[in-house]
Amino acid sequence: MTEAARLRYRRGINSVMLTATGVCAVAIASVLLFILGYLVIKGARSLDLALFTKLPLPAGEIGGGLGNAIVGSAKILGLATLFGVPVGFLGGVYLAEYGNRGFAFAVRYTTDLLNGVPSIVIGIVAYTVIVMNMKTFSTLAGGVALGIMMIPIAVRSTEEFLRAVPDGLREGALALGTPKWRMLATVVIPAAKDGIITGIMLNLARVAGETAPLVLTVFGSPYWSPGISQPTASLPVSIYRYATSPYDDWHRQAWAAGFVLLMLILMTNIVARLIVARARPRGGR
Amino acid sequence: MTAANTASAISAARAPTAKTGARAFARRFFNGDEIARAIVTIAAAVILLVTLLIVFQLWTKSDAARERFGWGFLTSTTWDPSGEVFGALPFIYGTVVTSALALLLAVPIGLGAAIFLSELAPPRMSNALTFLIELLAAVPSVIYGLLGIYVMVPLLRSSVAPVMKSLFGWTPLFSGPFYGYSYFAAGLVLAVMILPFIVSVSRQILLAVPPEQREGALALGATQWETTWRVVVPFAKRGIVGSVFLALARALGETMAVTMVVGNTPKIAASLLGSGYSIASVVANEFPESAGLHQQALIELGLVLFALTIIVNGLARLLVASTSKMEARA
Repeated sequence: MTEAARLRYRRGINSVMLTATGVCAVAIASVLLFILGYLVIKGARSLDLALFTKLPLPAGEIGGGLGNAIVGSAKILGLATLFGVPVGFLGGVYLAEYGNRGFAFAVRYTTDLLNGVPSIVIGIVAYTVIVMNMKTFSTLAGGVALGIMMIPIAVRSTEEFLRAVPDGLREGALALGTPKWRMLATVVIPAAKDGIITGIMLNLARVAGETAPLVLTVFGSPYWSPGISQPTASLPVSIYRYATSPYDDWHRQAWAAGFVLLMLILMTNIVARLIVARARPRGGR
Repeated sequence: MTAANTASAISAARAPTAKTGARAFARRFFNGDEIARAIVTIAAAVILLVTLLIVFQLWTKSDAARERFGWGFLTSTTWDPSGEVFGALPFIYGTVVTSALALLLAVPIGLGAAIFLSELAPPRMSNALTFLIELLAAVPSVIYGLLGIYVMVPLLRSSVAPVMKSLFGWTPLFSGPFYGYSYFAAGLVLAVMILPFIVSVSRQILLAVPPEQREGALALGATQWETTWRVVVPFAKRGIVGSVFLALARALGETMAVTMVVGNTPKIAASLLGSGYSIASVVANEFPESAGLHQQALIELGLVLFALTIIVNGLARLLVASTSKMEARA
């Protein structure tokens, strides 16, 4: 091959591969657009007010809604935030501001490990700890399962955003004779507030779609579920049950509920990302 | 009171290095510092305890099944809840096959996209595409399952499978009848689900490759692709393999989307077009109505899955960590 032909060949390979990788990236991104488009078309058409306000009707009957599942999901997520966020937040404060030596290493390592545990396994554990002892599926058990899932992400986002706060702020506060905890509570944590809050939002969006642990812990119910100690319907589990059922009207409701769930999750993600993009501190450590 | 006790215990442990003396401690105690330290340390300890609790529960609540079946649990292919005989191999096989298939499909595409986003695309385009791909990671499993049942499976049945069969029908992997719900369908859904992880982790690793590496290769007259493929990617190789392992761990533990399209048959089918099962799916399907030995066997399956993902995650973290060390040196 002559020098010129070889160069042409190399340039040819170059443009072919550049195009191919570009096609890969665009293809993956368009999967999201496809999912979004499909759910909007299919889901929005199936949407009605009854979905939000009514109880499910017996299998096979047309009509009814998933009001109890929406309320159930909200309650489960509320409990999960209550259990997971304080532990994760304080653990993150420990790692960023206090942690050193062996114990911090162990905590960081376990956090990573916990983050990798499959959600179904967390469901099994919540079952053995709570459902077995209470002898009934319950909102509480679902809240605990999702709460455990929220811990590792809460730890990480808290630690990350606290570390991004410049040391000058800490030193300034300490130089005024402030105790460390007041320095943290009144200077450092407020400075990282936006980041930490968006971390929690993303965290909630992530567990809001979790289905597997809920199948094992809240099970499902065709009724309103008062309190936190009874089985309850939830949006993701209802979508799963309806989608795999043989009834057309339940399929319709699965699409509508899927649309609602997806929109809530994507909106939360987009809003959180916008806040982070605006709030990410520049020139931290 | 307990907070105070713990606080003093902790401070006693670190007494030699901290400002010594009971008076210094008393000052830190009364201005609240020791109490704050105790509170956050307790929270950190709770994280440790929760993780230990997971291991403890999986181990103790499956003891009867472990005693009864021993290591044979992992190699037996019979799953018979009414006869109380339980073997995990069909599920382990399904989990491994669907995850491997997902990797096979997702790694080349994901890596290609990551290369494009980090090395080749103009920044504005890269940011927009990265944003969309990261949102894809937020789509819940059950939505993938929904689309899997009503869009992908019919499509596979009507147009993809006939083509695959005519091309590869002579291999045992693509033989036999195809009803849609299969290892193949599950692998395909998993591939789409793990793509965003491969892309976003690999992209970050590629972005961390020092620019001097690229400049050197370009200065020697390499084309952009040659620079990327022969210099940047080899430099980031371990980290990229790490991202693939992270994605594998996700695929192994993925439950709902697989459950909805894999077919849920507790048998090993030689063909990828056959219907099978996975560890996570059988737990999701049978656990709520199980009791006794059946439930114990399902918890033991959870233990197996837990062990699998811990090993894969551990490998991934080792690889990713070793690349970031390399960067620090470079």
